[in-house]
Amino acid sequence: MRDIHVQEVTKAVKEMCISANYHLGKDVYKRLVLSEEREESPIGKEILNNIIKNADIATENEVPMCQDTGLVTLFIEIGQDVHFIGGDLNQAINEGVSQGYQEGYLRKSVVEDPLKRKNTGDNTPAVVHSSIVPGEQVRITVAPKGFGSENMCKLKMLKPSDGQKGVEDFVVEVVAIAGPNPCPPIVVGVGIGGTFEKAALLAKKAMLREVDDKNNNEYYAEMEERLLEKINNLGIGPQGLGGRATALTVKVEKYPTHIAGLPVAVAINCHASRHEERVL
Amino acid sequence: MGNEIKRISTPFTKDAVKSLKAGDIVNITGTIYTGRDAAHQRLVDTLKEGKALPFAIKDSIIYYVGPTPAKPGQVIGSAGPTTSYRMDDLTVPLLEQGLSGMIGKGARAEKVIAGMKEYGAVYFGAIGGAAALIASSIKKSTVIAYEDLGPEAIRELEVVDFPVIVVIDSEGNNMYDTEKIKYAR
Ligand code: SF4
Repeated sequence: MRDIHVQEVTKAVKEMCISANYHLGKDVYKRLVLSEEREESPIGKEILNNIIKNADIATENEVPMCQDTGLVTLFIEIGQDVHFIGGDLNQAINEGVSQGYQEGYLRKSVVEDPLKRKNTGDNTPAVVHSSIVPGEQVRITVAPKGFGSENMCKLKMLKPSDGQKGVEDFVVEVVAIAGPNPCPPIVVGVGIGGTFEKAALLAKKAMLREVDDKNNNEYYAEMEERLLEKINNLGIGPQGLGGRATALTVKVEKYPTHIAGLPVAVAINCHASRHEERVL
Repeated sequence: MGNEIKRISTPFTKDAVKSLKAGDIVNITGTIYTGRDAAHQRLVDTLKEGKALPFAIKDSIIYYVGPTPAKPGQVIGSAGPTTSYRMDDLTVPLLEQGLSGMIGKGARAEKVIAGMKEYGAVYFGAIGGAAALIASSIKKSTVIAYEDLGPEAIRELEVVDFPVIVVIDSEGNNMYDTEKIKYAR
């Protein structure tokens, strides 16, 4: 049994909220540079160039790359031999978010009630997904996400007979409808199978994979490649003003499902694809 | 469509509006106003009550943005555009009052485009997510109305060479419709 003080969680969450909003991941940055080189549209090239410049300025001046510093989705994998001490873990997580958003000069974008819409003032609460795993470590992933892209995510319960084609058509359709709204070039996460909520969670998790990461299942690796090509063939381009770079990458995750179902979720993240991970 | 930059200054007169075409890369210098969801609701409610708006709307430009808080020493925090369609139901009454430019990101409703054609206005796209870069063209920021709305308050911004692209011009030419076909396969 390993004791972990919840203050350590607060500190890690706070630092990750700030850092994720200031510093774009190297994998995303590299892919943006590659996309700029390959972009055929002059305006698209100019836009990608500015997006790269923006990431440089944000890192250099330690300011948020985007003004929508998002709602924080947080994944926490807790080793089953860990014992948290010193307080309530959930409170400690939200305390970290609160401190991070205030000390990091990040925008507070969370309303307390979805219909009455009063701002909570410190960007809490986070949406927390926890899971228990073997071991005595704690892995925390902080993913602040803006709602320009979040509002474009979709889920559909397909019929088993819709099969692979039904899935791919749906993914491409969701991206086509989203058009310029999620600030392309985007990162696409697809969750196939499980249940209604599992598919959405898979899609969200898929989005967090490294841009260069290839699916270790060959069938799904090919699907990722094919979907990326189909999406980029839409011509939407950077900011939806035409071009080849509509998506930077497509990631697919799957899970066993029911004999009568084929849930598919499509999560879209913008080029400001922010996430950080830390192991305690 | 060259990469040559057109420069405009405020007030953004109807003649200037007509001179801009979809695809133009434009730098704006002068005074612009911020406003997003909640501020738009209040502006439209104010008009319904027959009261005066908190700024002179004729020949003005509204920027759809809710910036991050400024760090000490900064004029404004990061300040990129927000998605425009949420303002679609609240835009035509402002166009009627003479609003001539809007800066945001993403598609607009048909009724907004029809209003832009009727009253003469341009829809500019700023680069979504390029918030730190855009902030460097903002030289002064003053909250002039609805301070209680926090990031959604109306600010008067002094900008120099604020970078935008004409996405929909006053004739209704719309880059979101015309460009993607060129790169689709
Ligand atoms: S979609 Fe992303 S990049 Fe665009 S404004 Fe929202 S958070 Fe920023």
